[in-house]
Amino acid sequence: MKKLLAAFLLLCFAATAGAQLSIEITGAGAQRIPIAVVPFAGEGALAPNAQTISAIVRADLERSGLFRSMSAPVANPPLTEAAPVNFADWRARQADAVVLGSVAARPDGRFEVRFKLFDAVKGADLSGVAYTLSREQARATAHRIADFIYEKLTGEKGVFSTRIAYVVKRGNRFELQIADADGAGEETALASFEPIISPAWSPDGRRLAYVSFENKKPVVYVHSLLDGRRQVAANFKGSNSAPAWSPDGARLAVSLSRDGGSQIYSVNPDGSNVRRVSQSGSIDTEPVFSPDGQMLYFTSDRGGSPQIYRMPASGGEAQRVTFEGSYNVSPRISPNGRVLAYISRNGGKFQVATLDLSTRQTQVLTDSDKDESPSFAPNGRMILLATVIGGRGVLAAVSADGRIKQRLTLSAGDVREPAWGPYSR
Amino acid sequence: MRAIWIALCTAGLAACSTTPTDEQSPAGVEERTPGAATSPGAQTQPVKPGAVARVDLTGKSSAKSPLTDPNNILSRRSVFYDLDQYDIKDQYKDLVAAHAKYLRENPGTKMLVQGNTDERGSREYNIALGQKRSEALKRMLILLGAKEEQIESVSLGEEKPRAEGHDEAAWAQNRRSDILYQGEF
Repeated sequence: MKKLLAAFLLLCFAATAGAQLSIEITGAGAQRIPIAVVPFAGEGALAPNAQTISAIVRADLERSGLFRSMSAPVANPPLTEAAPVNFADWRARQADAVVLGSVAARPDGRFEVRFKLFDAVKGADLSGVAYTLSREQARATAHRIADFIYEKLTGEKGVFSTRIAYVVKRGNRFELQIADADGAGEETALASFEPIISPAWSPDGRRLAYVSFENKKPVVYVHSLLDGRRQVAANFKGSNSAPAWSPDGARLAVSLSRDGGSQIYSVNPDGSNVRRVSQSGSIDTEPVFSPDGQMLYFTSDRGGSPQIYRMPASGGEAQRVTFEGSYNVSPRISPNGRVLAYISRNGGKFQVATLDLSTRQTQVLTDSDKDESPSFAPNGRMILLATVIGGRGVLAAVSADGRIKQRLTLSAGDVREPAWGPYSR
Repeated sequence: MRAIWIALCTAGLAACSTTPTDEQSPAGVEERTPGAATSPGAQTQPVKPGAVARVDLTGKSSAKSPLTDPNNILSRRSVFYDLDQYDIKDQYKDLVAAHAKYLRENPGTKMLVQGNTDERGSREYNIALGQKRSEALKRMLILLGAKEEQIESVSLGEEKPRAEGHDEAAWAQNRRSDILYQGEF
């Protein structure tokens, strides 16, 4: 009977695991920090049927491509953050960093997780944190621990606690989904029998703007994730698409064809106060704000082929930004404003490329051939993208330097239109 | 004198109706929905007796409709394009002329033109490309006598492919504008 129950639970787990994105690392950084995340003492009680906290932390760090996870020896009694650390032993195992922790049940039914990060080379305590949490918060807590370790050891903020949005197509059904950055815990924000494209996160992470074809034409909506409330941001005569948030969340840049061809306008998220921004007889679309909100980068065919331009966010003269090749589209600006990521066609292949805006250096980052919709992680380290592998839409991620590569696959259906959300607040 | 004043007013109103408006329809409500034009509170306009254009939707499903009669050119609704092209090829000129004539003769009829592209490249850029196609078809219909307010041109980009394949044969099917009449969308 017990066996049967275990088999049933396993089946349940497999069923949910099958629906979520699984991530495969296909390339890693040249120098990875060797780190031992020792299983936290007593962590089994917190998540009896799921991944343990230390396993999630390990997977997060490994996935970043900047860490090499090392196995820890089994100790009895188990090692915890409270006991003295034998640094010589860890150095002998060639670990540069060690994480020790423990989980304790509290009388109120909640749990307390404590951990500490140690520099094994210097023999130093790099501090730690204690969290009080319910069972349901185990994954989120693990991501926060991974963020803490990542920031201490690399000097930049971690993105393990962030979320991603993407669209799944199964048959004639389209679902706009939100998941943790590791692909777990996916939830459907919108299901439709008509296409959904171009999700864009509001800067506070509470709303998504996107384009839905539910009215037999492209219409821009703003969707509040907590309560599912939807507002029409742009539904004018013609096509309404390509929403992008201003950094303060007060305005949306969109592409509208209400006055003829596709031109860039700005509009309040509730659809009011529409202003035309671009003034050309050509295609102007895919606007995106610079992080300081001063400029709009966009795609235009005014020079004869689609290229990326920029202009003041309030309108004005446009400057061409990309020059190499005959098809450069889908501009995205890195969070520090220094790098432009975009899709470039090279000999029939559509690939993610970057342009350093100060040195003018360009680099093709992928070797796939149907890349679309690049999206920077909020720390600028990775770029999420959609591509096609084996005839199926998948998500992939590549580091901004092109070295680290990941693939995120779903067991069934096409995945496309990814958008990496902001830091959680 | 009074007649001239009325004529001027009517002309003024007509001019207003062709300028783009900031009013947009809320979710799910389209400006082409029957009855929207007669919403309560709408400005009353003087009309001459007998100047009401009759719109009859009751016969639309009958086999007699020229729009669905397979022997009538009006039943042909698609225009196909070469790669990166928007111009209407000679082989479709008769088809476009026939639809323009139908709109001219049925001034109360509305049409939706949907532009489509093949799957290659950016989804958003393809929305703009499809819009260029539907826009060009709309312009030609207007040149041939249809009225601006009868036609809405939109784009479905690469999102609604007619052929699901990933080769030139499929792509050629998907570089297309479709004509839909009121009641069909």
